[in-house]
Amino acid sequence: MKQEGKKKLWQEYQKEIATNNFFYVRSCVRQNFFPAAEQTFLRIMRESLGKTVRENPGHTTCTGIGYHCDVVPFNTTMTVIARQFALMTEAGLENLAVSCITSFGLYTEIIETWKHFPETEAKTREYLRKATGREFSIPTNLAHASDILYKLRHEVAARAVYPLVNQTTGKPLRVVEHIGCHYSKMFPHKGVGGAEYPYVLAGLVEALGGEIVDYPERRHCCGFGFRQYVVRANRGYSLSCSKKKFDSMEPYKPDLIITNCPGCPYFLDRWQYVISEMQGKTYGENGHGIPVFTYEELAGLVLGYDPWDIGLQTHQVSAEPLMIKMGVRFDPEKKYQGKNGVNMGRPKKPSHLRIDMDEIQQTPVTGYPIQMTI
Amino acid sequence: MPENYYQQLSSDVRFTEGLTGCLNCGTCTAICPAAEFYNYDPRIIVETVQSRDSEKIRELLSGEMIWYCGECMSCKTRCPRNNAPGLLIMALRALSVKTGLFTMSEKGRQQLVLKRTMGEWILKYGYCLYREEMTIEDHPEQGPTWEWQNSNLENLFERFDVKYRGDGPGPLRKIPDDALRELKRIFDVTGATDLFNFIEEQSAKKAEEMGLDFDNRLDCGYVHQIYNLDSGIHTREQVI
Repeated sequence: MKQEGKKKLWQEYQKEIATNNFFYVRSCVRQNFFPAAEQTFLRIMRESLGKTVRENPGHTTCTGIGYHCDVVPFNTTMTVIARQFALMTEAGLENLAVSCITSFGLYTEIIETWKHFPETEAKTREYLRKATGREFSIPTNLAHASDILYKLRHEVAARAVYPLVNQTTGKPLRVVEHIGCHYSKMFPHKGVGGAEYPYVLAGLVEALGGEIVDYPERRHCCGFGFRQYVVRANRGYSLSCSKKKFDSMEPYKPDLIITNCPGCPYFLDRWQYVISEMQGKTYGENGHGIPVFTYEELAGLVLGYDPWDIGLQTHQVSAEPLMIKMGVRFDPEKKYQGKNGVNMGRPKKPSHLRIDMDEIQQTPVTGYPIQMTI
Repeated sequence: MPENYYQQLSSDVRFTEGLTGCLNCGTCTAICPAAEFYNYDPRIIVETVQSRDSEKIRELLSGEMIWYCGECMSCKTRCPRNNAPGLLIMALRALSVKTGLFTMSEKGRQQLVLKRTMGEWILKYGYCLYREEMTIEDHPEQGPTWEWQNSNLENLFERFDVKYRGDGPGPLRKIPDDALRELKRIFDVTGATDLFNFIEEQSAKKAEEMGLDFDNRLDCGYVHQIYNLDSGIHTREQVI
């Protein structure tokens, strides 16, 4: 399809996204695997952009993974989510910022269910009242956190220290964007750009100077599949889905993968390691993998945050090849140091996947200006 | 009077939302990640349900096929008639659990381990999954970085401003006890607690029938088997 056609389609799938005063609800998966990513989102919002984002330590899992593993009934999930709405209401806020894609999909599904079946909303209110005594308002604005960074992309771009440009060639970095399935596959009109041409990450990447790679399996699931990963006997499903994506994107030589779902960066990072152990196969340059980032990790790098403060040392696939291309100034030794310089030792090296950067020297920063493409 | 499974499915809003009239085009099967990996065909699921034949629906509820879906909902996006086979799967699974038929299939029996892990973690921690439950032995895919992180959690998390199991807001905070109590009451009043108990009871019966030891541990013979067993009947012959 021609670019003009895509842009027209995208315009049909725009959504209202608030720009300030959010109540933030966290993701179980991200807190466990990439806890610094959520902190980076809050830092970008509060410190770099001056926005108000509040949270309540008493908010809990939405039960989403349990729901999609079919052990938590729909009524239970609706009531737990109604409790999150109640905490937002009690905080005097109306805009809900959701960290997790599974949660975002469920929040959307539940609000839609309540619209189509008003008796389910009434029943949920009754359950919540009985269990907790709480009342709630439905959010005026429901946005995934990646929606919010998309909405604020030009504000982020205006503060960019290291745009998504190869500092050696001056060309835009080539980016694979991977959208979590539950962002818009169920309710295309609730996502920026819909389900076929979601623009939420593409728009952010383009604003930060990068170029999106189109490849055949762009919309394929990463393979989480809930029970298909959680139960050991089923895990081949998950690995096979990710491998299908890697094999499909490899010929396009992407410099990085950006994701907006909790599970996707985990699987796209870790399954590269597993494939390298099983088959000796690596997908990046010089035996490295293709670095995988969450949207706020990438935005944090662009804004000049220290890569080891935003958690990039917790990835199995090294982020350094990308950082060097971007011209990010960083101290390789600090990767393995705690806050006060405490030496934390080093992780073991995988059998095949390269995680060291011995062969690459940091190139001097030449200062290419940010490329505003839209 | 035999059970009318179609009528029971019709009481689930996900069922009425997910089925608006299938024309059997197979687009859902073409796009489905599970259909590529497993011996699975969402088109057949929809066709079977649409037949309203209770005996055939009972076969679905007792069989392996309904457990192959990954609930990614790619089918919903592409269906020209706006059906959502993935939503039908959720309604079918819920009915399979409710009727106890889930213990008749290898994949269905996995419900017990899902209940005993994330189901119980939700109530114990307030999180669907919890870092200290994810061992490298069970999850070797976590890689060397996970082992390194676990050896340095305190220093590492201090750097990220993460108060692991601490009070106040933030990632991996301790969910306050009053919040956990509210969660438990929600599970009680909405039927989740009863469902958990029913899964335990039905699984115990099945374990006895299969001659496997069964107690409340995660490593009892029955749980060990349902968590690890892949009898090899599920996947397509050529999987990349």
